[in-house]
Formats: sequence, structure tokens, C-alpha cells
Amino acid sequence: MDNLKLSYATRTPAAGDRQSVLVGVVASGNLEVLFERKLAPHECVVEIATPIHGYDEVWKAVVEDFVERVSPGGLYISINDGGARPDIVALRLMQGVKTMEVNHE
Amino acid sequence: MTVADILAGLFPGGHDVAERPDHLILGSGRRENGGTVSIIGIDDGEPLGISGVLPLAERVLDVIAAGGNIPILVIVDTQGQRMARHDEMLGLNEYLAHLAKCLRLASHEGHPTVGLNYGKAAAGAFLATALATDVLFAMPGAEPAVMDLPSMARVTKLPEEKLKELSQTTPVFAPGLRSMIEVGAVAGSWDPAKPLSQQFEAALAAITKQDLRDMTGARRGGRKLAATIAGRVAAAAIG
Amino acid sequence: MNDMPEARVSDSASWFLSTARERIAGLLDHGSFMEFLPPTERVQSPHLALFDLPVAFDDGVIVGRGRLAGRDVLIAAQEGQFMGGTFAEVSGAKLLGLIRAARDNDKLPRAILLLLDSGGVRLQEANAGELAVAEVMRAIMEARMAGVAVIALVGGRAGAFGGAGLTAATCSRIAISEQGRTGVSGPEVIETNKGVEEFDSKDKALVWSVTGGRNRRLIGGADAYAEDTVSGFREAASSLIDRAPTFDLATLQAEQQRLSARVERFANCSTAAEMWRVLGITAPQSIRDMNDAAFVKIVADVKEASHDGR
Repeated sequence: MDNLKLSYATRTPAAGDRQSVLVGVVASGNLEVLFERKLAPHECVVEIATPIHGYDEVWKAVVEDFVERVSPGGLYISINDGGARPDIVALRLMQGVKTMEVNHE
Repeated sequence: MTVADILAGLFPGGHDVAERPDHLILGSGRRENGGTVSIIGIDDGEPLGISGVLPLAERVLDVIAAGGNIPILVIVDTQGQRMARHDEMLGLNEYLAHLAKCLRLASHEGHPTVGLNYGKAAAGAFLATALATDVLFAMPGAEPAVMDLPSMARVTKLPEEKLKELSQTTPVFAPGLRSMIEVGAVAGSWDPAKPLSQQFEAALAAITKQDLRDMTGARRGGRKLAATIAGRVAAAAIG
Repeated sequence: MNDMPEARVSDSASWFLSTARERIAGLLDHGSFMEFLPPTERVQSPHLALFDLPVAFDDGVIVGRGRLAGRDVLIAAQEGQFMGGTFAEVSGAKLLGLIRAARDNDKLPRAILLLLDSGGVRLQEANAGELAVAEVMRAIMEARMAGVAVIALVGGRAGAFGGAGLTAATCSRIAISEQGRTGVSGPEVIETNKGVEEFDSKDKALVWSVTGGRNRRLIGGADAYAEDTVSGFREAASSLIDRAPTFDLATLQAEQQRLSARVERFANCSTAAEMWRVLGITAPQSIRDMNDAAFVKIVADVKEASHDGR
């Protein structure tokens, strides 16, 4: 397994007040992403565990692009990868952050 | 040891188990205290299919219907469930589960059940028989396994050598008696040099009402997490 | 306890295609689900790393409680896409803890829904998984004796095979969809071990007719037939909870009789269609192509399909 931990300073905190959400499943070509609102409002950490070796740079590019676009401050994001393509990774990240934005009823 | 040797050792006072062409074991034995033990099982590594389940389950139901509290010995050497399209078409899962249910009901109705694995035991047939008893012992040389390493290598797509190496480090998946003892599936092995009848009586005396296999696995170190996690879920459910 | 929000899952969503979390969200009354040991607790397999395999934060099993059409239930769901929904040390212990809790506390809901989606035992944790199945089966029977209705729902991608097939048949009742498949040895396993003459696993129609939901429902191997939707399974589960047989001698004697009769009736059948003909279905070939409503009508006339011997 390759393990990668990326930390960022964000411009703004992530919207919403959901404390956590899990999107996706660990399966071939798919991944699960766990979002937890547990960091300081301008910090973001993305932790990745993947069985596919040697793709650190690709992960960094996808995650950086995501952080730049949505500024997910306060979120601790953990990924269990099943060998997903970058577009699926980006999709799951957006899906999760959107769900975190939905406020409690 | 053959099944005949084992039964002779278990029941010095006699038993009426006779060899059958279908390799099923059906009969009764006499305890040293004069009581009776009902004996069911499967011999010669025979796979357990729907035709084997029915007479065994019927015997268990008869024991329950007769009342009293005679124990049931489940003695097994089976390579696993029968792999046949006809059996699957008829719903083999229902048949195997039925036998397990009959054995559990027997325990509940006061008939303690003791499993004894003396040859092979695998997969669905293991679940329906030996693993459905109150307590399970094994003879040395028994080979309980979910699946042998070559088949496991095929399914997991890992080289057999690698699996062999890994099997040294964790009882969680390594086939064999030692692993099954460490994870808590098998309570222990009997010593053929000592009277089997006494070991059987000791097993009967030590039966508990509760399923302690997860605790046993934790204590023996072969299944460190299961008991704790089951307990945590239960605690969360109760709130 | 947790804060795992539920995305809205529509009533018409395919059960087969949904994830375990989606099935729970769609099945239960909106907002009622409370998860025990949610993914944030990271209750996951310590063994998969040895095999260089990724873990899942819930080990592929979700357990909790909620409401089914207003009724309190306990619920567990296997994620068939993760490691085939397999029974392993952690995933099995989660199921076990839930069922034992119901067994031991009559203040808890008296119904458990098991959303099975599993190929059986996880080979990487084979011994722990096999034993977990044995423990779960025992706990189900003990819960039934304590008056809990345990309902299996089978309609996922992995079906319910191996230990999951036995687990399903240990429950009080089974609901299955057309896409639901159950048995012990899967067709591929039989073909690998016994040859393609015994079972051609590539023959989709054959596999469907042997292991599929319609065959199971017709011969009484499942007690309700669900449309492959979230609402289909909700209706099936609701209808079964109140019809759970007690776990006693009379029930098991009835099951013995039922299973013996099945062997005798179908002794000379080599295909499922032949069995269906024996059951009185005049055009067994049409079973495959008819719609769900037509199939349900046919089932209503098959005596063997509905029984209390389970």
C-alpha cells in the first residue's frame, strides 16, 4: 500500500455544518472518501491509502486542484482507494464536499 | 485413527454405529454412567449434500421429540458441501442451515451437543455440523479448513508460496487445526493416548450456555478483535 | 452518536445497483437511521494490509437502527462491492454484536433486517470469517427463540452464497428479487471443481434458473418476492416481519417435511424448468420473460412457495 498525507492552508472554511460523511465504496476502479469536520477552519488534510504504487504526483495534482476550487477548510479527508481513475477521484471529492454543505434539518 | 477406533474409545460400553454406503454416521453409544448418547456424523471425507442432511437432521429432531436430555455427538470427516448443480438447484443452503438449526434447537431443549472433527472439515458442511454444536473438539491430525492453500491461491490470485509464508504469521487465514484452535473455533484436541470416554465426559461437563468462541479467540490471540467489536456494537445498540 | 447524513434515495432506485448505504437510506424512513460504529470510528480490518489490499472504514458492514414504515428496526447491510461483501473478523463481529444485542434486550426493536450481499467468507481472513458465520447463525437462532423476527433481504450484486447462503436460510424469513441469487457453492466454484459439464457458469440463463430469485421463490426457498427497487424491498420486508415463524420443534419438523418433500418431488428434474412444471406451471419457459406482477400472480397459485417451515 502507498500512503500519502497532504496538508493545505485554505482561504475559507468549508460550507455547511455536517460533521462527517462517507461517499463511494472501496471497489475496483472506485474509492471511498470520508470527510470529517475536525480541523481548524483554514486547514485541510487529505490522507490517501492506495494499492496502486507510484502515483503520488497524480494524487497531488488532483487533490490540489480540488482544494483550490472549493477551499475545504476544517475538513479532514481520508481516502481508501481501490484503483480509481483521477476523474472518479475528483467526482467523489466534489460529491462529498457537496453533501457536507447540506445543513442539518 | 478411524471412526471405528474413535467410537470404541468413546464408548467402551458399546455403540451401534455401523458402516453405511452413504458414509453417514447414525447410531447411539452407551456412556459409562449408563446413559445414552445419540451419534450423528459423516465419514470418509464424504461431501455433505441434501441427501446426507435429511437423515441426520431427522435423527436430531427425533431426539428432541423424545424429550429427556441425552447428549448428541456430531462426528465429522467431510471435505465440504457437495458441489453439484442438482443440490444447488434444490437450495442446498436451506438444507445445510436446517441441520444447523436442528442442532441449536436440540441444545436449547436440553440436549448438549459436542462436535468432534477427526478428518477433514470445510466450508458449508463444517457450518452445518461441527461448528453448529455447543463445543467442538478435534483429534490430532484433523484438518479443518475453509479452503486449501492451492484453491485459495487461485481465488486470491496470490502465489501459493506467498500464502504459505503468510500462513506462518497469522492464524486468521492459515488452514489447519492449530489455527482453528487459536481463533476459538475448536476448543482443543483430544489425546488419543488417554481414554476418549473421559475426555468426552469432561467436554460435556464444561459446556456453557453462551457462545464464548469470540472470547476464546481473543484470549488465545488468534482473533484479537472480534469479541471487542461485537461488544462495542451491542453497547452502542443498547445506548 | 454519529452524523452520517443520508442522501435522498428514490423509491424507484435499483436495489441491485445501489450501495449498501444507499439501500439503508432508501429503505428506512428518511432521517431515522442511526449508525453504530460509523466509519469515523475506523473499525476496519487489520488483516488486509498483509495482502496489500485496501481497507474500508466500515469493513463493508453497516449496522444501526431506524424505522421501517414507522416501525422500529435494527438493520445491518453488507457492501457487496467491497471484498464481495464477505464475512471476516471485523465485518462478522459487527453483525454478531447487533444480533446479540437484540437477543439480550427486549427493549430493543423486535425485528432485524439483514441486507445480505455476500459471496461468503473472506479468504484472506478465512478462519475468522467462517467462525463469524457460525457465530452469526447461532445468534440469529437465539434471537429468534427470544422472539426477534430476523428478515434477510437478498438482491445485491454478490447475492448470498457460501456462509451468507446459510445465514439467509437461518433467518425467520427471506425476501428476494429476480436479480437476487442465493446458494452455497457459486456456479464458478462448481465449474472449477467439477467441470463445465456439471455447471456451465458462463450460461447466464442456466445460472439464473438455478440460483436466481424466481426459482428460489417458486420452490419456497424465499418467502417474498421483491421488485428490484428500494420500495419493492421495503414492502417485502414490512410484509414479512409479522409473519415470522417461531423457532421451535414444530417449525423445524415442518421444515424437515418440506425439504424432504422437495427432494422427492424434484428427484427426476434436471432443470429448473422441469421443477416448475412439476409445481403446476404449464408454461415454465415463460417464467423468465414475464414481468414482476405476472410472476407474483403465478407464485400465488404455487402451494410449495409459501410455508411456515423455516
